[in-house]
Amino acid sequence: MGKARATGARPKAPGAPAGARGGRARPNPNPFEVKVNRQKFQVLGRKTRHDVGLPGVSRARAIQKRTQTLLKEYKERDKSNVFIDKRFGEYNSHISAEEKMMRRFALEQQRQHEKRNIYNLNEDEELTHFGQSLADIEKLNDIVDSDSDTEERGVLSAELTAAHFGGGAFPHEKPSQQPGPEAARPRSHKELIEELIAKSKQEKRERQAQREDALELTEKLDRDWREIQSLLSRRAPQAQSRHQEKPQPDAYDRAVRELGFEMKAQPSDRMKTEEELAKEEQERLRRLEAERVRRMLGTSEDQDSKGPAHVSADDLNDGFVLDKDDRRLLSYKDGKMNVQEAQSGEASNGGDEEEEEDEEEEEEEGEEDAEDSGGSDSHSDLECGVESEEESEQPEQEPRPPPRGRSAGRGQDARDAARTELPYTFALPSPLEDLKSLLAERPEKPVEEQLLVVERIQKCHHPLAVGNKAKLEKLFGFLLEYVGELATEDPPDLRVIDKLVVPLYNLCQMFPESASESVRFVLRDAMHEMEGTIEAKGRAAFPGLDVLIYLKIAGMLFPTSDLWHPVVTPALVCLSQLLTKCPVLSLPDVVKGLFVCCVFLDYVSLSQRFIPELVNFLLGILYIATPNQPGPGYTLVHPFRPLGRNSELLVVSDEGDAATWRRRSLSLHWASARHAQTETEANHTRLSCLAVCLALVKRCVLLYGALPAFHDITRPLRALLAQHLAGSSHPHELQELCRSALADMEAQERRYQPLVCERSKPVPLKLFTPRLVKVLEFGRKQGSTKEEQERKRLIHKHRREFKGAVREIRKDNQFLARMQLSEIMERDAERKRKVKQLFNSLAEQEGEWKALKRKKFKK
Amino acid sequence: MERVRGPRSARRALGRLLEAVLASRAEANAVFDILAVLQSEDPEEIQDAVRACSRLFGALLERGELFVGQLPPEETVMAGSQGATRKYKVWMRHRYQSCCNRLAELLAHPSFQVKELALSTLMKFVQLEGAHPLEKPKWEGSYLFPRQLFKAVVDGLLSLEEDCSLLLSQFCQYLEHDDVRYHAMQAAADTVARVANAHPEVPLTFWNNVFTLLSAVSLPRQESDIANFYVQHAELSDKWKVTHLKEHRKAFQLMWLGFLKHKLPLSLYKKVLVIMHESILPHLAQPSLMIDFLTRAYDIGGAISLLALNGLFILIHEHNLEYPDFYRKLYGLDPSVFHVKYRARFFHLADLFLSSPICPPYLGAAFAKRLARLALTAPPELLMALPFICKPAAPTTRPGRVLGHRPRGPELDADPYDPDEEDPAQSRALESSLWELQALQRHYHPEVSKAASVINQALSVPEASIAPLLELTAFEIFERDLKKKGPEAVPLEFIPAQGLLGRREDLCAQHFTLS
Repeated sequence: MGKARATGARPKAPGAPAGARGGRARPNPNPFEVKVNRQKFQVLGRKTRHDVGLPGVSRARAIQKRTQTLLKEYKERDKSNVFIDKRFGEYNSHISAEEKMMRRFALEQQRQHEKRNIYNLNEDEELTHFGQSLADIEKLNDIVDSDSDTEERGVLSAELTAAHFGGGAFPHEKPSQQPGPEAARPRSHKELIEELIAKSKQEKRERQAQREDALELTEKLDRDWREIQSLLSRRAPQAQSRHQEKPQPDAYDRAVRELGFEMKAQPSDRMKTEEELAKEEQERLRRLEAERVRRMLGTSEDQDSKGPAHVSADDLNDGFVLDKDDRRLLSYKDGKMNVQEAQSGEASNGGDEEEEEDEEEEEEEGEEDAEDSGGSDSHSDLECGVESEEESEQPEQEPRPPPRGRSAGRGQDARDAARTELPYTFALPSPLEDLKSLLAERPEKPVEEQLLVVERIQKCHHPLAVGNKAKLEKLFGFLLEYVGELATEDPPDLRVIDKLVVPLYNLCQMFPESASESVRFVLRDAMHEMEGTIEAKGRAAFPGLDVLIYLKIAGMLFPTSDLWHPVVTPALVCLSQLLTKCPVLSLPDVVKGLFVCCVFLDYVSLSQRFIPELVNFLLGILYIATPNQPGPGYTLVHPFRPLGRNSELLVVSDEGDAATWRRRSLSLHWASARHAQTETEANHTRLSCLAVCLALVKRCVLLYGALPAFHDITRPLRALLAQHLAGSSHPHELQELCRSALADMEAQERRYQPLVCERSKPVPLKLFTPRLVKVLEFGRKQGSTKEEQERKRLIHKHRREFKGAVREIRKDNQFLARMQLSEIMERDAERKRKVKQLFNSLAEQEGEWKALKRKKFKK
Repeated sequence: MERVRGPRSARRALGRLLEAVLASRAEANAVFDILAVLQSEDPEEIQDAVRACSRLFGALLERGELFVGQLPPEETVMAGSQGATRKYKVWMRHRYQSCCNRLAELLAHPSFQVKELALSTLMKFVQLEGAHPLEKPKWEGSYLFPRQLFKAVVDGLLSLEEDCSLLLSQFCQYLEHDDVRYHAMQAAADTVARVANAHPEVPLTFWNNVFTLLSAVSLPRQESDIANFYVQHAELSDKWKVTHLKEHRKAFQLMWLGFLKHKLPLSLYKKVLVIMHESILPHLAQPSLMIDFLTRAYDIGGAISLLALNGLFILIHEHNLEYPDFYRKLYGLDPSVFHVKYRARFFHLADLFLSSPICPPYLGAAFAKRLARLALTAPPELLMALPFICKPAAPTTRPGRVLGHRPRGPELDADPYDPDEEDPAQSRALESSLWELQALQRHYHPEVSKAASVINQALSVPEASIAPLLELTAFEIFERDLKKKGPEAVPLEFIPAQGLLGRREDLCAQHFTLS
C-alpha cells in the first residue's frame, strides 16, 4: 500500500515545492524521509501532535536558518563596518507599518517644504492630484475624454495589463499561467483586444442612451411645470382683484373671525364635587397611612411581596447571604425604597409606580397648599407675576376653597388693618437678623402680622422662579432659628411659635431635604453643647426650652413612626440623652423632663415602641414625690439618687395647698421660669407635675401592656405606687389617679409564652452535582489547587524552554564547528592544490631543464 | 549691708564667699554666711544660696573634705584635742548636715522653683554621697547608699499638707534608676507606716501624694534590665540586694500592701483598682496577697466592687486563686453598673464567662436573665451590645440552654425567675425565657431592636467582638445616626401641623398649655 501511495504521489512531486511553501496542505513526502513515532497504546481522545516527523526537512530548515543568521554573523565577525538603515522608524517596532509610512511621508514633505532660499518666493510646494503634479496635468491640455477616463481608472485587472503592456510578447505563456478548464482553447491577442474594444464600446453606448433618457425626462418636466406655472400665474392676479372687490368686513365680522381663530379652550376636567374631593382625600390619607405602617415595620412588605427566596443548589444554608440582601432591611425603611425593589414582582412594580406618582402629587399638592394658604388675598399680590401665571394655568384650582385660607382668615379684621400699612412684597431677608428685624421690628406687632409677613415672603419667592428655591430653603433655617430665639426669650413667645409651626410645616413639605438638614443641624448643635458640659462636669443641666421645642417640631414635621428616619432617629437619641444624662435639680427641670416624656411618648404613639429611659424617669419623678424611705422592689437609675438634696423635690407638705389644688395643664412657661413663684403656686405646680406623671404612667401601661415582659418593666413603678398610695396625704384626685394606674397594671394579664426560635426554613436537599474542574493539562499535575497547577505548569514550561534553548545552542555550536571544519578543509585543499601546482610547475621546469640538458649532451 | 544693694551684688557676694571657702580652710567660717542666706524669705535669694551650697558641698564631697563615719557631736570634737584637720572635717560635716536639713525643709516652700531646685540639689547630693560615701563600709565591697538623706527627700515629698503632684512628677525621672527606685519603695513604705501610726486621721492629701508616688513606680519585666544605677559604682556585685529583681518585687509588694492595708478614701480605691490589673498585679511577688484588699473593695459596692471583681478575675485566671464566691458576687452587682464609667470591663468579663464552654448552664442562664432584667432600665448605647452577651446563654445547640428556645413549653402566668435571689443556682432562671429581650425588640432605636432579635435566630450568629460596641457612647450613636444617609428622599409627615402642641389627642396638648 505504501508503495501504491508512493507511486501515486510521484507525478505531483514536481509541483510540491510550490505547494509546500504555500500553506499547510503538505504533499506526501518521500516515505524514506518520514519518521513515524509509534504509539504503544491508543488513548481515546488524546491528540497526538508528533506521531509523524520529517527529520530531513526540519534539519534542512534549521540549517538553512542558521546559514541565514548564524553563518552571516560568523562571517562578519571581524568586520567593523555595519550597514545601518537610516530610514525613519526602521528599527522601531512600536509604530505600525502604516504609521511609519505616514511619518516618512510627512518628513519628506517637510523637507521639501523648507525653502532653500528665503528670497525665492515662487518655490512653493508642489501640488499633486493622485500622485501627479498639478502643473503637469495643467500642461497636458488634451487629456483623455473624461468619461472614458473615469470609467477605466483604477480598474487594473491582470487581463488589462497583460493586454496593454507587452502581454502580447509571450502569447503562449498565458495558458500555462491560467490554470483551469476554460483555458483549454487559447485565444489570440487580437481576439482579446477586439473583445475589449467591443465591450467598452457597448458600455459607452449604453451610457449615451441613459443620458439621452434623462435629458428627455427633464425637458418633459420643464414643459409640465411651464403649464402649471401659467395656471398659477393666471390665478394670483384674479384673487387679488376679487379681494379688492369685496366690501370691508365690519367690526362684528372681524370679532367673530378673531374668535374663530383664537385658540380653543381645551375642555378641562370636570370640577369635582365635595364628596369626590373628600373621598379622594380619604384615599390619599389611607394610602399614606399604609405607607407609614410599612416604614414603621421596616420589612413587612418586603416579605409579603417576595415569594419564597431562591436557594441555590450550592447554598450551604449557613445563613450567609450577600451584603445587599442584608442591607435591604435597613434601607427599606425609607420612603421610596420600593422603587429599587421593583424587580421583586410585577404586582408590586405597578403599585410602586403608583405610589411614586402619588408622592409627587402629594408634593405638588403641598406646594399648592402653600400657595393657597394666603388664598383670599392672592389677587392683591399682582406684583409677583409668577403666582398669577400659576393660577391661570390651573383654573380649576380657583373655586376650591383654600384649606388653610380659612384658618388664616381668623384674624381677618386685624389683617385688613395690617394690609393698609404692610408692604406687599418682601425681599427675602438674607441673614437671620434681617428676618428678625422684619418680623419683630415693632414689639407690639401682632402674631397675625408676623405670619402674614412670612406668607408674603413665601409667595414672592415662588420656587418655580430661578433662584427662589435656594432662598426659600434658607427661609426654613431662618424661621427655625427665629423660633429658637423666641423660645429662649424671657418670657418665651410661645404664641408666635405656635403660629409659626404652620409655615414651617409648609416649607418642610416643599423642601424635605434642606429642612431635614437644618433640623439635624440644630439638634447636633444642642447635643454638642450637652456633650461638652458632660465631658467637663460629668453631667449636664436640662437644656433650654428651645431644644425641647425643636424636638417637638421635628416630631411634627417628620413621621415619627418610621423604623429609621434620618431626622427622627437622632432626635430620639437626643430625647433619651435628656432623660438619662440630665439630673433633675429644680421644679422647672421637672416640668422640662415631663415635657420631654410627653414628646417622647408622642413620638412612639403610633409605633408603640419601648423606651426604658422613660420608665426610669417616671419612676424617678414618682420617687422624688415621696418622702425618702427606700423601699424594696425598685432601684433608681442614673440621674436620680435615692438620697440627697433634690430627692424630695416634689413632696408637698402643706395640707392647705394640697386642698386648694385644682388639676390643670402645665404651662410651658414654667419650664423656663426664672421668676419666682409663691410657695402655694409652687406647691400647686408640684401636684400638677405629679398628676401629669401619673397620667404618663397610665399611658405607658396602655402602650406596653402587650409586651411579654410588661410586669417586669413596671415592677418598680408598681412597688413605688403602692408605697406612695399607702402613706399619701395627696388630694383625692391624685389618689384616684394612683389607684387607677395601679389597677391598670394589675389588670394586664400575665401571659408568659415560652420563647421559640424562628423556624428556620427546611434545608433543601443538597444536589450533588459533580464538581467540574477545568483540565488545563494532563498528567500528574491534576488534583491540586489552581495556583499550584499554574505554578507547576510554569515550571514545566520553563524547563522545556530551557532544554530547548540548550539544544539550540548545542546545535548552533555543532553547526559552527562544521562550518569551521569545512573552512579548514577548504583552506587545506586549496593549499594542497597550490602546492601541487607549484610542484607541477617546478617539475615541469625541471623536466624542461633536464630535457634541455639532455639535448646539449646529445649535441 | 551687702544685701541692700540688690540681688546681683548679693549673688556676687555669695560667689565671693564660695570662692573663699573653697580656696582656703581658714575662710571656712564664711559657710555660716551662705547658710544664713538659705534662711532668707526672698525666693530669689534662697535659690542663689541653694546653688551656692550645691557647688560648695558638691566640691567638698568630691574632695573628701567631709568627715567619714559615725558623726560625733560637735562640741565634744571641738573641745577635744584631735588634729585640726579632723576638727575641720567634723565641723564641715555638721554644716553639711544642717544644709541638707534646710533643703529638706525647703521642699515644702510655697514657690515651686525653690522646691524644684531643692529637690534637684538633694538628689545631686545623694548621687555624690553615694559615690563618696560618708560612712565606713562594714566589709570590703559592701553596698552603700545614702539612705538617711534619701529618706529625708521622700519624707519631704510625701507631704501631709499640700498636694505635691508636680514635684512628684519631677521626682519620677529619678525613678528610672533602679537603685533610686528600690530605695524609694523602701522609704515610701517606711513613711506610710510611720505617718499612719502617728496620726489617727490621715489627711487625704497625704494619701494622694503617696498614690502619685506609688503609681509612678514601675518595675522592669526582666532581671537583666536592672543595670541602670543612679549612683555610679565601679563594679556591681551579685551580693547586693539592689541588683536582684526578686528583691525589687519584694519591696514593691511590701510598699503596696503597706499602703493598701490602711483605710483609704473611696476615690483612691477607684484609682488603685483602675491601675491594678496592669501595673500592680504583674509585679507582685505574691499576687494572691492582694485578695484581702480586693474583697474589702468589693464590699464597698458600686463601681468599686466592679473594679475589684476585675482584679479578682485576674487573680483567678492567671494566678490560680481559689475563690468560690466569685460568680455569686458578680451576680450580685447592682444595676447601677450600667451607668458607671467602667461598665465596659464588666461586660467584657460577663461576655468572657458566658461564652466559656465550661460555664454551667444554670449560671449562664441566671446571668443572662439578670442582664436582661438590667437591660430593661439601660440606655441605648448599652443595649446594642447586651443581646450579644445574653445570646451565648440562650442557644439551643447545647443541652440545658433553653432561654431562647423552649418548644412545647407550657404557658406560664408568672416568670419563674426570682430576681431577688442572691444565689444564681436558686434563681430558677433555667425555667424561664428571655422575655425581656423580646420586649427590647420593640425598642425605639432600630439598631437595638435589630440586636435584640438575635435571640430569635436558631443558629448562633458568628461571634463578633463586642468590644467596639461596648466603647460606644450615646453621643457617638447620635453622630452616627446623623451621618447615616438614607438612600432616598426624606419621608415627610402627611398630617399637617396645627400648632406647637400638636393635635388634641397628643399627650403634649393634653398636659401642657402655652399660656
